[in-house]
Amino acid sequence: MSTRLARGGRLIDRSKPITISFNGRRMPAFLGDTLASAVLANDQMMVGRSFKYHRPRGIMASGAEEPNALVGLGAGPRFEPNQRMTTTEAFDGAETASQNHWPSLEFDIGAINNKFSRFLPGGFYYKTFMWPRSFWKNVYEPFIRQSAGLGKVPTDRDADRYEQAYAYADVVVVGAGIAGLTAALGAARSGKRVIVLEMTPACGGRAVVDGFAIDGQPAEGWVAAAVDTLRGMDNVTLMTRTMATGLYDHGYLMAAQRIADHTPGDGRPKQRLWRIRTAEVITATGAIERPLSFAGNDIPGVMLAAAVRDYAVNYGISIGDRTVIVTNNDDAYRTALALLDAGLTVPAVIDARPTVTGALPQAVRDRGVRVLEGRGIAKVHGGKRVTGVEVCVQAGEGAMIEELGCDCVAMSGGWSPVVHLWSHCGGKLLWDEARAMFRPDANRPPLGADGRGMVRAVGAANGMLTPDEVLTDAHAAFGDGTAPQTNAPDEARMEPVWIMPQGAGPKLRAKMWLDPQNDVKVSDVQLAAREGYESVEHTKRYTTLGMATDQGKISNINGLAVLSDALHQQIPATGTTTFRPPYTPLTLGTIAAEARGEIFQPLRRTPIHEWHEAHGVEWEPVGLWRRPFCYKRAGETTHAAVNREVRNTRTNLGLLDASTLGKILVKGPDAGKFLDMLYTGVMSTLPVGKCRYGLMCNEQGFLSDDGVVVRLSEDSWLCHTTSGGADRIHGWMEDWLQCEWWDWKVYTANLTEQFAQIAVVGPNARKVLEKLGGMDVSKATLPFMTFAEGQLGGFNARVFRISFSGELSYEIAVPASEGRAFWEKLIEAGQEFGVMPYGTECLHILRAEKGFIMIGDETDGTVIPQDLNMAWAISKKKPDYLGKRGQERSFLASPDRWKLVGLETLDGSVLPEGAYAVAPGVNANGQRNVQGRVTSTYFSPTLNRGIAMGLVKHGPDRMGEVLDFPGDGGKVHQARIVDQVFYDKEGAKNDA
Amino acid sequence: MKRYSGFAVAREGLNYHLGWGRAWRNPAPRKKYDVIIVGAGGHGLATAYYLGKNYGIRNVAILEKGWLGGGNTGRNTTIIRSNYLQDPSAAIYEKARSLYETLSQDLNYNVMFSPRGLLMLAQTHHEVRGYRRTVYANNLQGVETEWIGPDRVKQLVPIINIDGPRYPVLGALYQARGGTARHDAVAWGYARACSDMGMDIIQQCEVTGIRQANGKVTGVDTTKGSIDCDKLGLVVAGHTSVLAEMGGFRLPIESLALQALVSEPIKPCMDVVVMANTVHGYMSQSDKGEMVIGGGTDGFNNYTQRGSWQHVEETIRALVETFPMISRLKMLRQWGGIVDMTGDRSPILSKTPLGNCFVNCGWGTGGFKAIPGSGWAMAELMAKGAPGPLTEEFSMYRFREGKFIDESVAAGVAH
Ligand SMILES: Cc1cc2nc3c(=O)[nH]c(=O)nc-3n(C[C@H](O)[C@H](O)[C@H](O)COP(=O)(O)OP(=O)(O)OC[C@H]3O[C@@H](n4cnc5c(N)ncnc54)[C@H](O)[C@@H]3O)c2cc1C
Repeated sequence: MSTRLARGGRLIDRSKPITISFNGRRMPAFLGDTLASAVLANDQMMVGRSFKYHRPRGIMASGAEEPNALVGLGAGPRFEPNQRMTTTEAFDGAETASQNHWPSLEFDIGAINNKFSRFLPGGFYYKTFMWPRSFWKNVYEPFIRQSAGLGKVPTDRDADRYEQAYAYADVVVVGAGIAGLTAALGAARSGKRVIVLEMTPACGGRAVVDGFAIDGQPAEGWVAAAVDTLRGMDNVTLMTRTMATGLYDHGYLMAAQRIADHTPGDGRPKQRLWRIRTAEVITATGAIERPLSFAGNDIPGVMLAAAVRDYAVNYGISIGDRTVIVTNNDDAYRTALALLDAGLTVPAVIDARPTVTGALPQAVRDRGVRVLEGRGIAKVHGGKRVTGVEVCVQAGEGAMIEELGCDCVAMSGGWSPVVHLWSHCGGKLLWDEARAMFRPDANRPPLGADGRGMVRAVGAANGMLTPDEVLTDAHAAFGDGTAPQTNAPDEARMEPVWIMPQGAGPKLRAKMWLDPQNDVKVSDVQLAAREGYESVEHTKRYTTLGMATDQGKISNINGLAVLSDALHQQIPATGTTTFRPPYTPLTLGTIAAEARGEIFQPLRRTPIHEWHEAHGVEWEPVGLWRRPFCYKRAGETTHAAVNREVRNTRTNLGLLDASTLGKILVKGPDAGKFLDMLYTGVMSTLPVGKCRYGLMCNEQGFLSDDGVVVRLSEDSWLCHTTSGGADRIHGWMEDWLQCEWWDWKVYTANLTEQFAQIAVVGPNARKVLEKLGGMDVSKATLPFMTFAEGQLGGFNARVFRISFSGELSYEIAVPASEGRAFWEKLIEAGQEFGVMPYGTECLHILRAEKGFIMIGDETDGTVIPQDLNMAWAISKKKPDYLGKRGQERSFLASPDRWKLVGLETLDGSVLPEGAYAVAPGVNANGQRNVQGRVTSTYFSPTLNRGIAMGLVKHGPDRMGEVLDFPGDGGKVHQARIVDQVFYDKEGAKNDA
Repeated sequence: MKRYSGFAVAREGLNYHLGWGRAWRNPAPRKKYDVIIVGAGGHGLATAYYLGKNYGIRNVAILEKGWLGGGNTGRNTTIIRSNYLQDPSAAIYEKARSLYETLSQDLNYNVMFSPRGLLMLAQTHHEVRGYRRTVYANNLQGVETEWIGPDRVKQLVPIINIDGPRYPVLGALYQARGGTARHDAVAWGYARACSDMGMDIIQQCEVTGIRQANGKVTGVDTTKGSIDCDKLGLVVAGHTSVLAEMGGFRLPIESLALQALVSEPIKPCMDVVVMANTVHGYMSQSDKGEMVIGGGTDGFNNYTQRGSWQHVEETIRALVETFPMISRLKMLRQWGGIVDMTGDRSPILSKTPLGNCFVNCGWGTGGFKAIPGSGWAMAELMAKGAPGPLTEEFSMYRFREGKFIDESVAAGVAH
């Protein structure tokens, strides 16, 4: 059984007892425990079920590489599935529950898959579940989906908040083991700005567990001193609980800091994402121990040797009373020593190497432990917990020599450097034959913005394994002088062992797990190779090797080796799969951070926003803005409100908040020439004080925006754009000015938010302005399409005499800060003239009644001005403008294009939005032929009937013809082609 | 080739699965083929398959510089739909979708086509109008889609946040028989079937040059030597510009990185595919239980199959806002692929200025769904030497005429 020892445990504070629960069972633990150590202290070895066969799964590791120990943590709005127990700090009251089983962890129906595992090899689902056809979606898939998946589904909105922060450094050192600390000290002493990131709460890494001396001091003391020194330096920031998750181009490093993960609900953010821009990254990320592949290596109680040692030294935990150690290297003997020191039994060390000589094995032998040379494990006994192992000759086929009773197996197949960050941006690896590992190839690092290497790996992350190698390597990164020295013994060569025993037959191979979470075995990889899935990527995808939540941290190298062997090729010829961020799974909330709810995207408000809010507004999102769709009175429907607004504006006086309209100032000696290129019409000849309507096209010739251009002075023009188009058009202008016409003397400024703009519309428009007083707005002084600047009712105002409704109308711009006051002044002054505010829907109807086009309705990126009968807005005289050449292409110049017309239903109803006019027959692909479509359609309160505009093939030549528009539910709407201007065709109202 | 079936799996199981043969052969290139296809992605493999199946042309080699299916075919988020706006698009995507319905049976390889239903959310009035228009167009095109209101959306997607606050869901364009399939299986299934017809799939064989005489293609140079052919099909997605240059012509293609990511697996919680184009993100849940997430392309051209952090962040923000319960899930893996974008966001299936050389590219962010239809149509184009109704409008010369098939009209990003 696993239990807490009476003594020991560097990381736990025995004076601070806490209680956690696991599947409802309360378990005592100490502050400093991880969830894994906490349950192990309470003899809970089995913590979950595997993905495919639902086999019992125990804790295997002590760090980020853990493949099995995932639990649901917390409840309600703080419930989090798939929490890795080995890296999650235990806290008082933590509620955990195991995953992927039904009805319980102990008894799981899904384990039936295990019984049939022989018929469910890698990729079996590609070969079956095909008949009958409808069964995949309706029967097989739902079943597979239900039994797959790991964690439970969170249901509530997250109760926590998350933050993001930015930092800048010359050097970021990732990992605060002895390699990282050494490199950080070197970098810091050379005066660089250094950030050190350590993912665990404590520094020191493996050295403090292995317990040798550095420069005559116990490793623990040396580490403490190094940390103190770094913390004392102004140019160093050391962050623990901070995981470098991914490296992106140009030295952009993401690091996730756990802040309140272990103190939930204390008001602090749960996590903080650091976005760090750095000139250089030093990866001192250590190495991960590899399991060995023997039959039954997935049974709870089989663990990585270093993890067994970690639990003993760091947490004072005995995994079992009798631990058999199986290894191919010297390092695992440290585990034997640690266990012996803790008073536990080690029946034997099974070493695959034919002869074992090193100092560490000798120390173990000296303490009376048998070392079985050239041996391996043929098979592990046990179901939910290890009960013993069969020992065999490693070189043989698995015949049992002896059986050893034990309740823990500590295995070590050597070490793999953590090369993830090195690889994220293209750093290359080399295969180190002597150490049997892939490690960073210093000659092919990932390149930074300057084309030079931006990452260096040091220590175990660079393939250095003995403490002296590690320190020498790390010291060389920045240091001068001599590297720190240790008293650690030399280690003999490891010998690669990819399967155990070497000659194991198919039966044993089908029980050797490579990926314990996804249930990928040696036999699956061999099957993939046999079937031609030879590329490592094919094997991975076919078998799902390395696709589990640990992303193959412990399984990949073993899998590669098995694959290489099956293909009779060297391991480097097989290569690795791609290392992708994040290093360990990263909470989505941390990535989204503050951007949620109301502030998901910044809300742009006009100066009059709050007034609308207080007056029954119904909002419509327009880009980042919100615009009033209409204003509802008590008891009024949206439709009724819109109709009221239309009628009132046509008969009395309407006010529209037009502040969202884009207002871009274009200024400079070449401004006129520039605008002549940008617009299809001529703007350079516009006299000062005059307004002109303009169209803008993209290079393809398609209409992209429209608006009124005003000549403010000799060298400056004010360009109005659509509300949604302002930023895009400003960007478009700058694109041309910066990239193509960089020598033209033009400046642009987006003034959209500097002004509030109000449209004053209707027969009483002039009256209300005259009442405000201060400016002559008469027809004679301020005729249509002119503008004047001055004082209006005490406000500094620019008054544009323009109309988008067919009514007598003015658009008035005042400084944004005065927008609200000016609006209220107009409302007040307008009372006697029947003033009402109106929204965007009314605006649309007013313009549609007049046959005016709307960008986004009549246009969709495929429409040219000529289609809209707007050739009048295109200058024939200009040699060029953006879009001219595009419009000359044969398809755009074709007489067969669909053109804008008005549409009137025969029965007065409203045509459906977006409906198509059908033509007889079908095309070569069997699709119904069409000859036009509805672009705008409204109920017109003015005419008391439906009106619409549409694009129709040869439309303007077909006035009076009736078209069929199939609508919903089989109904066909009939509409007649008419003139697009429905109301006040002579323009008398505007001319008032 | 051994047929796959539940029975065969059981039989082989008794023998520890030692009896399975190769899914596809691994041949050395021959001196000459009738047809060479460059690129063993889904589109290249499907082209070869239908050349054999529909036209009896089996002396075919498919040359792949890496591993088959290793390009975008093995990197995409597997959304299948045909609710496109423009007629030519709807025709080819619906052809593809309908072929997907029976693809597992046709190939004797389970590609796990799952018509689980697909929603495109409308979150602005503008989108509402756009999607209504699409529904009308689809109905006339023979594509079954419908417009559904917010209540129905909530019913289909219980985990969705319908009422904003920033962008309330106003409804959705719903294609009940849209869905997903297993991307690798599509490539592998076609590869196995091609190999079975006697075609040679040659991996680790990069085309480095195109040989021609008298304005006609005669063969290719590769890292495994020169190979002759009568007809050549270039089906290389993000590397099309590179191959076109070898052929001496240019195409209006830009190469951009498109990213995707998955969460850790959880139990089933979303049966449909949801695309939210206003906020720029989409999500589905794989059979393994991972939430499969994607967004828009990076804003700059490049050839590295990884992308910028900013885009991942934008996409996740959009989806946490749309599905608040995913906030405490974790991103397991992110990756990128190089997509081949045309000016009108529609593909090119075309003859080229070089005689007997054909091109199939420009599928950009959304070509997985098109694989069977594209292969079908491209095979016709190559076999007959002239476009059929499915390919006619997708000629590379349409840009010269301005005859765009603009799909950006309907959706910001077309996956
Ligand atoms: C992140 C992401 C998400 C996506 N999501 C979706 C989605 O949800 N739905 C959807 O429908 N589509 C989606 N797509 C798009 C889809 O993946 C592609 O359009 C489609 O896979 C393209 O297939 P292909 O066969 O044309 O190209 P690829 O699969 O890229 O195949 C081209 C092949 O050509 C090879 N090649 C290149 N140069 C040479 C040479 N010189 N010699 C030999 N071989 C060469 C390449 O190695 C590659 O294997 C997505 C794409 C990405 C990147």
